[in-house]
Amino acid sequence: MNLHEYQAKALFANHGIKVPAHGVIRQATEIDEALRTLGGERWVVKAQAHAGGRGKAGGVKITHGRDETRDAIEAMLGSRLVTFQTDAQGKPVNEVLIEEPCNIDRELYLGMVIDRASRRVVVMASQEGGVEIEKVASATPERILQAVIHPLVGLQPYQCRDLAFGLGLQGDQIKQFSRILSALAKLFLENDLSLVEINPLVVSAQGELLCLDAKVNVDDNALYRHAELGDLRDLRQEEPREVEAKSWDLSYIALEGNIGCMVNGAGLAMATMDLIKLVGGSPANFLDVGGTATKERVAEAFKIILADAHVRGVLVNIFGGIVRCDVIAAGIIGAVQEVDITVPVVVRLEGTNAEQGRAMLQHSGLQITAAADLTEAAEKIISLVAES
Amino acid sequence: MSILVNKETRVICQGFTGKQGTFHSEQAIAYGTLMVGGVTPGKGGQQHLGLPVFDTVKQAVEQTGAQATVIYVPAPFCKDAILEAIDAGLQLVVCITEGIPTLDMLQAKYVADERGVRLIGPNCPGIITPGACKIGIMPGYIHRPGSVGIISRSGTLTYEAVKQTTDLGFGQSTCIGIGGDPIPGTTFVDCLQLFEQDSGTEAILMVGEIGGSAEEEAASFIHEAVSKPVVAYIAGVTAPKGKRMGHAGAIIAGGKGTAAEKFAALEAAGVATTHSPAEMGLVLKELLSS
Repeated sequence: MNLHEYQAKALFANHGIKVPAHGVIRQATEIDEALRTLGGERWVVKAQAHAGGRGKAGGVKITHGRDETRDAIEAMLGSRLVTFQTDAQGKPVNEVLIEEPCNIDRELYLGMVIDRASRRVVVMASQEGGVEIEKVASATPERILQAVIHPLVGLQPYQCRDLAFGLGLQGDQIKQFSRILSALAKLFLENDLSLVEINPLVVSAQGELLCLDAKVNVDDNALYRHAELGDLRDLRQEEPREVEAKSWDLSYIALEGNIGCMVNGAGLAMATMDLIKLVGGSPANFLDVGGTATKERVAEAFKIILADAHVRGVLVNIFGGIVRCDVIAAGIIGAVQEVDITVPVVVRLEGTNAEQGRAMLQHSGLQITAAADLTEAAEKIISLVAES
Repeated sequence: MSILVNKETRVICQGFTGKQGTFHSEQAIAYGTLMVGGVTPGKGGQQHLGLPVFDTVKQAVEQTGAQATVIYVPAPFCKDAILEAIDAGLQLVVCITEGIPTLDMLQAKYVADERGVRLIGPNCPGIITPGACKIGIMPGYIHRPGSVGIISRSGTLTYEAVKQTTDLGFGQSTCIGIGGDPIPGTTFVDCLQLFEQDSGTEAILMVGEIGGSAEEEAASFIHEAVSKPVVAYIAGVTAPKGKRMGHAGAIIAGGKGTAAEKFAALEAAGVATTHSPAEMGLVLKELLSS
């Protein structure tokens, strides 16, 4: 789960990590008061949306005077921000963050992730702040300094000092950096984060370290023990059908093709998409209907798949496993009747009583084609879609 | 022959009297797994499925001589369950549960490594040596004793691979679902090493997917240390970047972890790959007959 920058900054501030003075604006009527509270004549105005590359897309502006600032905020509120990371529709901007500007001396990068290969939380720091860190990592990996957090004893002060010296920080900045990094590690571990990035972490002209940006991802699996973070979830930033699917405990991701897929198991669901592509079709979605493909779940899955206007046919691929295929077939027939499906549906059933299940589908009188084989199923749905 | 589990492996179940624990323990017993008891705190002294229930893993180990455990407890309690099993001296811990916080697994894996305990999973179907020992949720009937070692990050896609090798008459020595989480207890490399040493395994089939670099690490290990034929399939060629594809670990992050990179690494290591999930068995057959 992603947090907005303003939410991440509030989390930072609660942990004693310094961020610029700021205000959050949700409607135009709040602008004047926010400007009065912040004071000054220049501000940084930042659209709050779950997308990287906001700066280049016009989502971050430095404004002078109240009129220009008000215009900039009003233009952002209610708009959709399209960046290189979003699709053509972009992400909705429902909040704008307004901040005191800062005189920047240096821009650094500080991040923390769970590194899968080493199975450790790893700190990354670089003097190349303010740019895309992936580019630094691939072009000049030696410019990224790392420290590994021990799973049992945690981050140690010497590791903070080590990175601070490596970043070329001096005097009091070393203490400031160590304080920020220790607090960040504590925040990461206590809140079950999966990623934190401060890019840039700036050294101001006055020699003060300040987090100008804040990116936080929370481990979805750990949200049950962080209700306060779960409440920060902004569903408006997510694909509505993905949200709807989640409420049924279905895992759905929209793609751009025209063949809907319903599969049990995430790996098999990806494999089914790949096979459709391999034999010349184009998958419309990823959908894992889960281990128990009951009538209710299958019906909901059909509704979600068919809500996509591009879908011209549906491939159902179920590996029965412990659940018998005749039971699954009855569920699919019930769901197809309930949802009133008008596009062709090809079902590939494998597992116990598969033949019985296929016969039930074939004789259902519905627009269902049963397939015994995975490749055959993919080819059948592609040709049925081409004919329709 | 097989790896990690066989007919003599004495198995207990944590979360034994719960719905999942009950259902899958019944299936395991019916398959012939040497289940010797289970653990549900507070229900010690009872009998369940004809086996003794214990309050603690330690008691279960002392009284049954268990060597392996399978964990079906809910995700919030899995770290505790894994650590209890390790502390009780079990050498093989199989965790089926999905949805465990990553930082919990990071610590559990650290302790397992420190104590030399083999942890399989979480978020996996488990491990099976056909005809001998089934620990997990896989349907037993699709397996046949045989010569192919199967390693997979997925559940139903593993069954697909199993069925194809069964239908072609190869059967399996042992199948391990290593799970779809970012921090698995056992990796492809661990399993490759075990299968390489197992005289009953003639070929290895690996089923990977997008996310992380476990397949790339497997590729370099195969290049250096595996003499047996290996076939690989990677799911997620059509997966979009930055989206979690069902499994917590199946995500292309920062442009890394794509299926294309994994296929390329495996092919460079001399692995026979297939881009069709329907042809894993066929490619294996071609490789073995060439």
